[in-house]
Amino acid sequence: MTQSQTQTTDQIPAMIKLENVSKSFGDNAVLKGVDLQIARGTSMVIIGGSGTGKSVMLKSVLGLIQQDSGRIFVDGNETGSGDRDAFLARFGMLFQGAALFDSLPVWQNVAFRLLRGSLKRPRDEAREIAIDKLRRVGLKADVADRLPAELSGGMQKRVGLARAIAADPEIIFFDEPTTGLDPIMSGVINELIREIVVEMGATAMTITHDMSSVRVISDNVAMLHGGKIRWTGPVSDMDASGDPYVEQFISGSAEGPIESVR
Amino acid sequence: MTPFALLARLGAAVLGLMASLGRITLFTLSAFSHMVRPPYYAREVLNALIQVGWMSLPVVGLTAIFTGGALALQIYAGGARFNAEAVVPQIVAIGMVRELGPVLVGLMIAARVTSSIAAEIATMKVTEQIDALVTLSTHPMKYLVAPRVLAGLLTVPLMVGVGDIIGIMGGYLVSTKSLGFNPASYMINTVNFLAAHDIYTSLLKGAAFGVIATVMGCYYGMQSGRGAQGVGRATKSSVEAAAVLILATNFVLTGVFFSI
Repeated sequence: MTQSQTQTTDQIPAMIKLENVSKSFGDNAVLKGVDLQIARGTSMVIIGGSGTGKSVMLKSVLGLIQQDSGRIFVDGNETGSGDRDAFLARFGMLFQGAALFDSLPVWQNVAFRLLRGSLKRPRDEAREIAIDKLRRVGLKADVADRLPAELSGGMQKRVGLARAIAADPEIIFFDEPTTGLDPIMSGVINELIREIVVEMGATAMTITHDMSSVRVISDNVAMLHGGKIRWTGPVSDMDASGDPYVEQFISGSAEGPIESVR
Repeated sequence: MTPFALLARLGAAVLGLMASLGRITLFTLSAFSHMVRPPYYAREVLNALIQVGWMSLPVVGLTAIFTGGALALQIYAGGARFNAEAVVPQIVAIGMVRELGPVLVGLMIAARVTSSIAAEIATMKVTEQIDALVTLSTHPMKYLVAPRVLAGLLTVPLMVGVGDIIGIMGGYLVSTKSLGFNPASYMINTVNFLAAHDIYTSLLKGAAFGVIATVMGCYYGMQSGRGAQGVGRATKSSVEAAAVLILATNFVLTGVFFSI
């Protein structure tokens, strides 16, 4: 395995750390001992083919899926211990299909966390914050009262992004942020994610197989293949990784060590 | 198939059924525990009360009035064979309040509410909305399940009460308009014949059926598999399970309430 550590990773303590994490579904071993560190305030993009367990890895960190073995640390604390609400309050997540609540108008989706639970604010204030966050992702205030089903895919993604950042989280996860969008909209969402992550100083973890996202969003890249991290390093080293798996993935070639029928 | 294989298959089916019953029981207990522990989602509860209760009233009323009317016709025709036409008010009252009211309302709720809850929650599951809820620090049992089960527990008895009254009214209308019964004596016979026991057991059955109908919708929705097929299967299973459980529970409750 080619391993290249960045300067930043060595100096800044890890915000997210996975140690030998494994997960199987029945006979299907998806993760077979994943080791990964994401430094505080950096943006890590996980690449890998469909069905290689990228989503499983991300959901394991959040506790949506329980790993079979291995340990996951967030800010030095092992996940699964301590107050779950306080733990989740540090995260924001953009889901692949946006996962907006279709019974609620857009602003209540964005302000969901601010309308209930430990971060509850007065309704007017929550609405103002929601509209502010909608503006931040390039949507006008008039979408606030519409239902998610009335929006296009790109607009839904933006609303999902606004919801993910509504409570100013320290850690943001992006699950395939550009899937299903046209190239221009993909570019817009990528730029937006990069800007927001930099501006908020958040730690970001993105999973994608869209190479244009990787180049815009990431500080560091990790490739997941065969249930393990195959290669990790700064995005600037990615093109000269010397790893045939990474090279094949970047070039999108059908020829190479990654079997094309999966 | 050898007798041994047959036995093994029977055993596996029974074990599977027991495991499902266990999971559903734990799910129901969890729903009740979330109902009594804060935080409470008043808006969700109000919404569920309207969806489960208020919006079901038309279908409950129509079912009850036609059933009551048909019951009066049948009892009149059957009673005429041994000169007992006069028992129509009493039998309509007892038939509606003790059995048909709760069972038919329960089944209509299973058709209308269980299916819609299962389809809604299953769709939320397959579109990752349930995962999104969790990441937004909101427990799906508390936000989605508890309000709906509470609404079933509170509104279905009321609807059974309404169904009982409208069913009796259906019988009254048929009897007085086309079978020649005297309106005043029909009402007096009905009221005098019904005991308080009949009414509160009817409402208790309603509460049990309300819990069954909503729990089945939520349980199968949360267990949904992937894609459109998963949603379809969850919806079908929830309605089947709710209908069968309502009828089985009705049998048990009738035994408990009326055979002692």
